[in-house]
Amino acid sequence: MSENVTLPSVTEEPPPRPAPARFARAEPGRALRLGLVRTGLETRMFFREKDQIAFVFSIAVVMLVILASIFTTRYRGLDVTVSQVYAAGLIGTGIMAVSFQNLGISIAVERDLGGLRRLVSTPMPPSAYFIGKVGSVFIVAVIQIAILLGIGVAFFDLELPSAIGPWLTFIWVFVLGLASMTMLGIAASSVPRSARSATAVITLPFVVLQFISGAFIPHTDLPDWLLNLSAVFPLKWLCQGMRSIFLGEEAAVLELTGGYELGRVALVLAAWTVGGLVLCLLTFRWKDNRTK
Amino acid sequence: MTAVRVRGLHKRYGDVVAVDGIDLDIQRGEVFGLLGPNGAGKTTTVEILEGYRGRDSGEVDVLGMDPGKAPNSWRDRIGVVWQSTADTPELTVAEIIGNFARYYRRPRDPGQVIEQVELTEQAGKRVHALSGGQRRRLDVALGIIGDPDLLFLDEPTTGLDPEARRRFADLIRGLAAEGTTILLTSHYLDEVETLAGRIAVIARGKIVAEGSPKTLGGRATAVSTVQWVGEDGLHTIETDTPAKAVADLYAKSGEVSGLTVTRPTLEDVYLKLIGADDE
Repeated sequence: MSENVTLPSVTEEPPPRPAPARFARAEPGRALRLGLVRTGLETRMFFREKDQIAFVFSIAVVMLVILASIFTTRYRGLDVTVSQVYAAGLIGTGIMAVSFQNLGISIAVERDLGGLRRLVSTPMPPSAYFIGKVGSVFIVAVIQIAILLGIGVAFFDLELPSAIGPWLTFIWVFVLGLASMTMLGIAASSVPRSARSATAVITLPFVVLQFISGAFIPHTDLPDWLLNLSAVFPLKWLCQGMRSIFLGEEAAVLELTGGYELGRVALVLAAWTVGGLVLCLLTFRWKDNRTK
Repeated sequence: MTAVRVRGLHKRYGDVVAVDGIDLDIQRGEVFGLLGPNGAGKTTTVEILEGYRGRDSGEVDVLGMDPGKAPNSWRDRIGVVWQSTADTPELTVAEIIGNFARYYRRPRDPGQVIEQVELTEQAGKRVHALSGGQRRRLDVALGIIGDPDLLFLDEPTTGLDPEARRRFADLIRGLAAEGTTILLTSHYLDEVETLAGRIAVIARGKIVAEGSPKTLGGRATAVSTVQWVGEDGLHTIETDTPAKAVADLYAKSGEVSGLTVTRPTLEDVYLKLIGADDE
């Protein structure tokens, strides 16, 4: 069958090509520009995956509506309801869901289905990929929080602070909390061995942390030893930081130590951010699990 | 001009030797086929050339650079056709091609590439809605969007129906005609035979034969079989000089019925080379 097929082979000279230009190795401008391109792409992909939105985006919303509707009692001697504690704490859940859970699962799936190896064979700087992830998670997180605050204010007596101070606190708690959870999500994506196991592997630690860190069960109902255990992980501190903003000074007596310990919140979240980044740099795999 | 030069390439995974001393030379503008059964070391070899996988030893030069140490800009000049775009089901054809174009410093025009791979009608469709053949052409589009000098195609037509395979072959020939050097791997003999100008057969991590589809494995000079039906039944002789055998036969017996002269087919040669008949 090959008789009538003529192919350009060794004998045929290829048309001349322009000589390849020389490029500098490090191009921060290019990485940033492509990082923004990828941010747009990642955000678009996120909002088109209906299952992903249902799974990642709405878990905090659903839990807020259910839990804050069931538990409505007022703390004795305080102008604070359990609903309000939920509304504040579940912001932590929302942040962790859109960053840790979302990235942990989606990057594992991307790796398993060949998306990462496809990207790594292009001249896209690897940092652009991470900028894209961080950027899209930031956008999704802002929307997530706006929805949670909207529901909290509308239905569960959550009060938005009127002074500037708590909002500044909100910004750094949000940024540090999101950054630490994002780094941990990227690092955790290397744990699942396949796309199929990713959801289970990532969701288990996510859910366990929700229960022991004062998100799904108010911190006031948790035994001290469990709160001390959860103090190792960032979620407890993120929820605590959020409560300091939305429950006010009066409710600080409900905390384990009688105060919000914002200094420690900052310290723990910053440590997890740095530690998570180091973990990512050391363990991130572009190759799938079949490539040795 | 050499596009790929490999000397003494070795790669093992634990106790398993995947590549056991391969030498390769691929010229610019050539369509080179790496043919072998599954597990022969084809994919490992190609992935080392792409810079995706490391090697244990050996010299590798791809477009003048060592793929293990090449800078990011080297990737502007290579294209890799990966299988399936299952990771981006919700993007449209135009979106994903347009996006990949931005990763390269001198990409082809996305619209033209979409036209070239015959996906113009599907440009607005999401990836999950494409047929197998359309997805494969999208994979090719992503491989060539950067206007590579060297294109890697690993098992390019696996899972395609005959019509899709034919169109795919036309697409590859078109790229070759534009001067793109192509390295394709396959375990389909006919695919490599139709597309490649030169073939290397790989088995158990070694190159066991190299040549054009016509000369591979000594096919051009191999022993021929002359057969005819005489008065007392079927006669078969094996000879290095089939023309002489037929002339002698005519001189002795005149016209005979059922005369055939056959050479080993490429398939016979290939199966013998990879040792399929000993197993």
